Parts: sequence; C-alpha cells; structure tokens
Amino acid sequence: MAETALQLGIILGYLLLALGVGVVAYRLTDRTAEDYFLASRTLGTVVLLFTTFATLLSAFTFFGGPTAAYRAGPEWILVMGLMDGVLFGLLWYVIGYKQWLVGKVNGYVTLGEMIGDRFGSPILRVLIAGISLFWLLPYVMLQQQGAGTAIAALTQGAVPYWVGAGGITLFMIVYVVLSGMRGVAWTDTLQGLFMLGMIWVAVAWILSVVGGPGAATAELAAASPGHLTLGGGLYTPAYVLSTAISIAFGVTMFPQVNQRFFVAGSKRVLKRTFALWPVLVILLFVPAFMLGAWAQGLGIVAGEGENVLPLLLNEYTPAWFAALVVAGAVAAMMSSSDSMLLSGSSYLTRDVYRQVVSGVTERREALVGRMGVVVIALLSFVASLFQPGTLIDIGETAFGGFAQLALPVLVALYWSGTTRYGMYAGIGGSQLFYLGSVFLPFVPAGYVLPFAPGLGGWSASVVGMGLGLLLTLGVSVATGHAAGEDAAAYQRLSAD
Amino acid sequence: MMQRATFVWSAVAVLLAGLAVPWFLWGSSRVVAGLPVWIWWHVGWLGLTSVVFAAFADRAWGVGIEDTEGGFDG
Repeated sequence: MAETALQLGIILGYLLLALGVGVVAYRLTDRTAEDYFLASRTLGTVVLLFTTFATLLSAFTFFGGPTAAYRAGPEWILVMGLMDGVLFGLLWYVIGYKQWLVGKVNGYVTLGEMIGDRFGSPILRVLIAGISLFWLLPYVMLQQQGAGTAIAALTQGAVPYWVGAGGITLFMIVYVVLSGMRGVAWTDTLQGLFMLGMIWVAVAWILSVVGGPGAATAELAAASPGHLTLGGGLYTPAYVLSTAISIAFGVTMFPQVNQRFFVAGSKRVLKRTFALWPVLVILLFVPAFMLGAWAQGLGIVAGEGENVLPLLLNEYTPAWFAALVVAGAVAAMMSSSDSMLLSGSSYLTRDVYRQVVSGVTERREALVGRMGVVVIALLSFVASLFQPGTLIDIGETAFGGFAQLALPVLVALYWSGTTRYGMYAGIGGSQLFYLGSVFLPFVPAGYVLPFAPGLGGWSASVVGMGLGLLLTLGVSVATGHAAGEDAAAYQRLSAD
Repeated sequence: MMQRATFVWSAVAVLLAGLAVPWFLWGSSRVVAGLPVWIWWHVGWLGLTSVVFAAFADRAWGVGIEDTEGGFDG
C-alpha cells in the first residue's frame, strides 16, 4: 500500500508540475485566437523541436514498440529511423517550410484554411477539417485509454481504469484551456526531456545489472537468435517501407503536427530543428526498443496483450523507478493528446464554426476554441470507457487515414496546375478506398506486387496514397481551374 | 525546368532515405560491440543524415521553394 501511495505521489507530482508550467504560460497568453492556437508564431528552436517530437511520440514508444521488439526483434528501430528521422525530416522541409512561408504571408492557422483559400472552396476546407477530426478523435481516445491502463497496471487496480483515464483527461483540459499553444509547447518540452532521460536511465540501470550490452545481446542470441537477424517473420521489405512511408506522410497531416508548420518564430528556427531530427530519433528509439528485445533474452514473460517494458522494470529496478517511467509514458500520451485537443479544436472552430456563423470576433473565437477542447476531450474520454479495438490497430488506421491527405496537399503546394476537382477526386477517392480497406472485408488490406512477390505485401495505406496521387494529377489535367481559384497562391515566395 | 541545385539535392534526399535501412545486410545477424551490425549501420547513417541536413540548411535552404532570380516556378 505504501508503494502504491509512493507511485501515485510521483505521477501526481508530475501532473502538478505540468499544470504549473501551464499556469505560467497562461500569464503570458493574450486573448486572441492566433496567440491561443499558435503562440503568435514565436516558438524557438528547442521548444519547437521538442513540442513536435513529444507530439509524435505516444504510447507506442513505451508500450507498443518495445513489445513489438520483444516479440519479433528490434527492426522497428529501422522503421522509426527511416520514418521519423529521415522521411519526416525531408517532409519537414518540403511540406513544412513551404507551408510556413505560405502561412506567414496569409495568416493561416489550419491546413483546411490554406487549401480552401487556394482553391476558392469552403467545401474543400470543411472536407479536410472533417476528415481530420474523423481520424483524430479515435486517436485521442487511444491515448486516454493508454494512460488509464498504465496507471491501473502500475497501482495493480488500486486506481481503477476510469479514474486514471478521467484524471488525465481533466488535467489536460485544465492546462490546454488555460494556456493554449504556448503552454502545450512548454509542457511538451518538459515531457520530451523527461521521457528521453527516463529511457536512458532505464537502459543504464538494467545493463549494469545484467553486465552490459554485450552480455544482454548474447543472452538474446542464445534465447532467440532470430531476433538479431535483420528481417524475417513479420518484417518484410514491403512491411518496413509501407509502414515508414505511410506513417511519415500521415504524421505531416495530423492536425497537431501540421499546425506546427505554422508556428516557427523564424526561418532559422526551422533550419536548426530540421538538422536535429535524425539524432533525436536515434537517441530515443534505439534504447527504448533494444530494451524490449533484450527482455526476450532475459526471460521476461509477457502474455498476450501485456506490455513488456513495465514487466522488465519491475524485475530489475525498484518500484519508485518503475513509477517514474510510467509517469514518462503518461507524459508521452498527454503530450500527444494535449496538442491534438488544441489542434482539433482549432479545426472545429475556424474551419467549421466560423464558416457557419458570421461576425465572430477574435476573442469569441478563442473562447469557442476553448469550449471545443473540452468537448473533444470529454467525447474521447467517454469513448475510451468502451475501448473498442486494440491499441496499435486503431493507431495505425489513423496514421493511414491522415497519410491519404498528404499527396494531394503536396501536389497542390508545388503544382499550380492542380484544380479544385483534382483535389476533390484525390482526397475523396483515396479516403474512400482506405476506409474500404479498413471496414469492408472484400477490400484487401495487403497488396503483393506480381513482379516482386519477394518483397512481401504492401499496405492499403500506401496503395491508397498512390491512388490519391494519380486521381489528383489525372483529374487536374482533365479539368480547368474553377472560378474563385487562385492558382498562383503558393508561388513566388520569399522568406524576407 | 528543374534547377540544377534542386535536382542534386533531390538525389541526395533519395539516397539518404534509400539507405537508412541497410538492405544489403538483410538476413544478417552479425553482432559487433553488443549490437547487431545492421543497427550500427542505421545509427551511423542517421548521424550522417543529420550532418547532411545541417549542411543543406546552412548552404542551400530555400532550394525548390523560395523564389530565385531565374523566375523559378517551384
């Protein structure tokens, strides 16, 4: 019982610290929508890096990823590195920098706003916001579910699932409503540093007990040699590429990440952040996923649906340290969710509410935005009580759904020949196909190329992306610009 | 027409992404210094990627995006 109290104390202390940061940020926030949603476009290098980084990371870093490495080998390190370290870095420039320039000139806050304006189409704007919210809500739910489960497991049921998930939801509502983007960015920085620190201490601790990485890897080689072999089982080349490509493009269209493209303080901030990506990804995922793989060699037994990292920590470290790491995992979930709440609310407010109601002032918009945060948080919390589907399943579905938006947007950003109908076809067609692959039994989820069967099956998400690209290009070529389009909107940009 | 710098940097980007996963080590399980060689390759490659990204940010930032004197249209 004393142990449970200590564990709860650690998590509660952590939450209060995050709340304190939020309050300080609130005192610096003025009452306009641009300040609430974008911190008036003033974020610096470290804060921008960590807020995006912490947002990208979720329960998967601590639970899903290490558990996958435990069961099938640490190849997920490569998926993460290619995805978040290289591809996302490239997209950070190709989509992010371009969007930053366009957003700065026109004062955009959301993706739908930027695209809707260029194509003179409120329908396109609402469509993009609607699709985004459709995929976003289940993903927020997933994070609350993860937090509730982690806390219940840590306290061995002393804190029931719904209290843990509800408590986290409440905390997030308070600091997101109070402090907006500035508070979210600051707490994300705190959470990102905390997670990184925790993982390294955990690795050092466990390796010092078992006799170093050489000994741990030798145990793994003896227990399960296949774990050290690149590829095999689940991991085919097509799986690695499909997953990395789909998620990297998907991440850029997640509202909370896409909105980060509008918030950098200067070009210099974007440049520095860009170069730090690959290093940060390696620093986090190599130790996190190797811990999972090593656990296999160390004889940790994780049953179906159990996460390996907490079991490993319980075996090798004291209870207070395991509690700290669980606090780190809760931090990861909160830092994803808080940003999603804020961005989801800005989509709801600007792309839907303001399109329907006229004469909305800046102050009123910021107020409605705060109400949106509360509504989204409560809806997803209620959904998390019923827990439909499994953690990784829903997560991957959402990333795939967002990935379908990326190529039409990319084409629109760079090719002035893109037309409104091309966008309708590209976005609508790929979404329908992908939804079909998720929900309809006769639309396959995997596709083997007839001329390269050895690569394994490609995911429906990547196939849908290709379809969206072809539809956007093809229909744009076949149709002319509609009235109200501004084909040159994204051209002739300069940073000065 | 695509400018020379855009072309060169695009090729570099494809190379960085293409070899982040050491495809030539597929099926290898050789361990060096406590970790499989394919993980070491990946760590080194991402380090290199970071250096190349920094060089790009330093010298060529804006390529393919910002308007240049030649009337570049993206």
